[in-house]
Amino acid sequence: LAHGSGGLLTHRLIEEIFRPAFAQSCDDLTHDGAVLGVPDGQIAFTTDSYVVQPLFFPGGDIGSLAVNGAVNDLAMCGARPLWLSAGFVIEEGFGIGDLQRIVHSMGAAAKAAGVRLVTGDTKVVERGKGDGLYINTSGIGTVVAPAPVNPAQVRPGDRIIVSGDLGRHGMAVMAAREDLGLEPPIVSDCAPVSEQVLRLIEADIPLHCLRDLTRGGLATALVEIADTAGVAMQIEQGDIPISPPVRGACEILGLDPLYVANEGRFAALVPPEAAVLALSILREFDISAAIVGRVEETGLPGSVALRTLGGSYALDLLACEQLPRIC
Amino acid sequence: MESVPCLDVQNVQRIRLDVSGAVQGVGFRPFVYRLAVEEGLGGFVRNAGGGVALEVEGPAGAVERFQIRLRRETPGPANIQGIVRQRLEPDGQQGFTIGYSDIGGAPSASILPDLAMCAACRAELFDPVNRRYRYPFITCTHCGPRYSIIEAIPYDRARTAMRHFAMCPACQAEYGDPASRRFHAETNACPDCGPQLALQGRDGEVLARRDEALARAVQALREGAIVALKGLGGFQLLTDARNETAVALLRQRKGRPAKPFAVMVGSLGDALGLVHVSDAEREALMSPAAPIVLLRSRDDCATPLAPSVAPGNPDIGLMLPATPLHGLLMEALGFPVVATSGNRSGEPMAVDGDEALARLPGIADLFLTHNRPIVNPVDDTVTRMIAGRVTALRCARGMAPLVLANPKQTRPVLALGGHMKNALALGWDGQIVLGPHIGDMAHTETRAAFTRSVEIMRSLYGVRSGAAACDAHPGYHTTRAASAISDRVCPVPHHLAHVLSVMAENGLEGPVLGAVWDGTGFGEDGTVWGGEFLAVEGAACRRVAHLLPFRLPGGEAAVREPRRTAIGVLHTLYGDALWDREDVALLAAFAPGEQSMLRNMLARGINAPLTSSAGRLFDAVAAVLGLCQRTTFDGEAAMAVEFAARAASAVHALPSPVMMPEGDTLQLDWRPMLAAIAEAAARGVSVASLAAGFHHWLADSILEMARHAGIAQVALGGGCFQNALLTERAMARLQEGGFRVYRNIRVPPNDGGLAVGQAAYAARRMDEVMD
Ligand SMILES: [Fe+3]
Ligand SMILES: [Mg+2]
Ligand SMILES: [Zn+2]
Ligand SMILES: [Zn+2]
Repeated sequence: LAHGSGGLLTHRLIEEIFRPAFAQSCDDLTHDGAVLGVPDGQIAFTTDSYVVQPLFFPGGDIGSLAVNGAVNDLAMCGARPLWLSAGFVIEEGFGIGDLQRIVHSMGAAAKAAGVRLVTGDTKVVERGKGDGLYINTSGIGTVVAPAPVNPAQVRPGDRIIVSGDLGRHGMAVMAAREDLGLEPPIVSDCAPVSEQVLRLIEADIPLHCLRDLTRGGLATALVEIADTAGVAMQIEQGDIPISPPVRGACEILGLDPLYVANEGRFAALVPPEAAVLALSILREFDISAAIVGRVEETGLPGSVALRTLGGSYALDLLACEQLPRIC
Repeated sequence: MESVPCLDVQNVQRIRLDVSGAVQGVGFRPFVYRLAVEEGLGGFVRNAGGGVALEVEGPAGAVERFQIRLRRETPGPANIQGIVRQRLEPDGQQGFTIGYSDIGGAPSASILPDLAMCAACRAELFDPVNRRYRYPFITCTHCGPRYSIIEAIPYDRARTAMRHFAMCPACQAEYGDPASRRFHAETNACPDCGPQLALQGRDGEVLARRDEALARAVQALREGAIVALKGLGGFQLLTDARNETAVALLRQRKGRPAKPFAVMVGSLGDALGLVHVSDAEREALMSPAAPIVLLRSRDDCATPLAPSVAPGNPDIGLMLPATPLHGLLMEALGFPVVATSGNRSGEPMAVDGDEALARLPGIADLFLTHNRPIVNPVDDTVTRMIAGRVTALRCARGMAPLVLANPKQTRPVLALGGHMKNALALGWDGQIVLGPHIGDMAHTETRAAFTRSVEIMRSLYGVRSGAAACDAHPGYHTTRAASAISDRVCPVPHHLAHVLSVMAENGLEGPVLGAVWDGTGFGEDGTVWGGEFLAVEGAACRRVAHLLPFRLPGGEAAVREPRRTAIGVLHTLYGDALWDREDVALLAAFAPGEQSMLRNMLARGINAPLTSSAGRLFDAVAAVLGLCQRTTFDGEAAMAVEFAARAASAVHALPSPVMMPEGDTLQLDWRPMLAAIAEAAARGVSVASLAAGFHHWLADSILEMARHAGIAQVALGGGCFQNALLTERAMARLQEGGFRVYRNIRVPPNDGGLAVGQAAYAARRMDEVMD
């Protein structure tokens, strides 16, 4: 790709790359904005930018990641995702073939998640001023959860359910980036979770809080919720689903899988009486879904305890760097 | 007999003395009363917030003698820090009285640590005609609980856990009788009016009370049960130390695979059958602090201990009964017991009965409890003989709160300590008080204990305002907690805090060369420090030299696995040629897949932080020598190297230390030394002689650095100086070289003493912090 060819290049990108890829999900990419019917009730609105390296990894690429990221952020609001926008920042010299693959993967991800890409933008920046490709996606959905879904709704006794095994995305990306040579490779969990969330809502599960387990993993998500909600939580090490390859790779690298990123996993906090039904619904999607812990009646507000055979460990937000604290 | 200045005996004087220091709760007021009566003086004595206030009136010679004797005959546990004297007009007072407390005074009096049972109480305990025969809570003014039961100062019964027990007439009479050892004994109690024992099962049901509770606990211990005992400052877990099945079961239930257990024996005689005891060690064992003392096992052990008590360890942590309850129990048992903190590994002790029942049911079979509340938890103290002095490794029961005079300590500061061996220190009013060991901040329960301890320290001493000093590590729990504790937070560089801790304990002013060697600490350049030479003057500090850095592949995983650290060290030594060397036996400790991953981690710096840590260098040597590849507790690998060196009959000579300039600092290059160790080990040279050579090399490098820095005062600080061999060798070499050497003795040299240095630092920097 060449930089600075202006309107003509944009036109060709749209005609030759975006239109074919987004054919089923896209209304009319030639306008600068999309005109959409406003649904009744509340809408959810989100935006996120994607700067992953490498752009392709086992189980996905930056394109599917950008679509699923927006879809999942909407789902975490208790919303049905409807529309997405996509903005591309492309480094001069970036391969057309790679771009085609990525854009195609976005189209497929959007289709799979049942959302439509309704508007977009591309910019080409000078060589050396971008890392190949950055994508921003924004999304709008209609809120379908009957009650608010946020940390303020969390109550003592709530069960913490994770929608599947943890740590695969972060390890897949790291293995690809650092050339770790894992055999067989760990495949990212990158996927939309909106379908699971809609099914939970349809089954009248009171969803007190939902959180996608992206950067910082389960530990970071729970510490943030516990902190915002002012509650103490406890999770059982033995109940947390982690696949043997992820566990093995984390062990050698000295990484804690609870802090490793996921892109198709979320935690749901639900009242105890709804936990078993919620779990059985989530297991229809992924058999590794599990109840991993609960919100405590007592305990230090903002604390998350990991119970192990050797005692109870407090989980923290990671400091800027992973520096040992063992003295 | 000292000579008394010639005075006019007709001249009547009245003086007021304000005595500060550890003078409350140690029989100091009765002592003053007795002195005054013996000298025929009138006046009064009373506890004041700031210590003890007294006025005496009488002939000048008697007043003078009174003052001299006050200093000379101070009762054992008391410790006078200062006396302010004021001349008053005589008012003709004849009798002497013990007055009520003046609670309006400045609350800066020393709160005494808990005191082990005294000889007089012990004699009564086993005297069948004494009214306190076999009473487990016998005390007097010279012994018994202090810190663990105090709710507020000044120290009076009404402000301790003893306020729940009204004295019977007999006890009340002793309390009011100046001739009694229990005159004004705030803990005074007897079987009719004081606390009582109960034995509870796992569900909390009471199985027996009083003497029968004790008898049934004794029987259960004989049969190999694990009994949770409510001791002075918290629960302990006890089991028969000779019974391998019982000890192994305790390890399994506690989640503590290898860390040595402490052992309690009934008497010094029993101790002598198990371990070698020097005079200083005997003194420590029998002191009012009654600490755990690490002692060398006898080969011809009288009662062989179960192998699981201290696996692979030539030492045993031994203690004598500190309380009458322990005394009765040990007397009845007649064999040594494991006595370990009542917790899961790394967590704080369970403190009250309900908590113990909630947290220990899977561990203990029975609970021997009592109804005297523990107000302030305090664990057992651990000490070890280093360079002729009994040195604290953990400052707790009997030692904490530890008061250090520090004239620089003006404005109040609460220092929050480190992450793993957390303890707090409060600095104000010319002193630093180190609180008891709290524990490892990795655990939720310990964090709760930390939060409670902050409240205890502040309310006990009434020092609520002031800055919070913490470590510079952004990830420490204490660092994060600091901003909630004070709006003036003072982060303190980890290794500087270690040097300042030594300086504060020894009353040193700069310049000092600090050799600060520990496991890991947050370094100002973003790497992990731990083998540092710091030139310190005031609060100003310059990094003069440090160990040549190496990588820790896996970060904290490398701390748990010395074999990883060794790979990091060997990679610095050999580079990528390491992977093809056939003489590196250590490579066999890794599966081929692990090797390629480690190779990648080192090549790309994936989760492989750089460190200059001496503690980690110990770990690497332990792994290279085949002594320890993985650890289950802190210091395990370094201890293995020390023990190996201790057993050496010869010292393998290693290349001399090399200093390489690096910017403004020097790097201590360990590569020639390590290459020599690795190659000699591959040739089959004895591990013990290599371990000894390593210790010598380390001591030589400290001397070499001290010579280079040219600073006459050297402070040895950090967890590596828990190693007796290293500390003794380094001190000897430095002293031969003409240097004055200082180290922590009462304050632990490890991170348990960090808070003292933090408080000292904050005091020096306070003006900046205040602005
Ligand atoms: Fe340290
Ligand atoms: Mg997001
Ligand atoms: Zn006594
Ligand atoms: Zn009584």
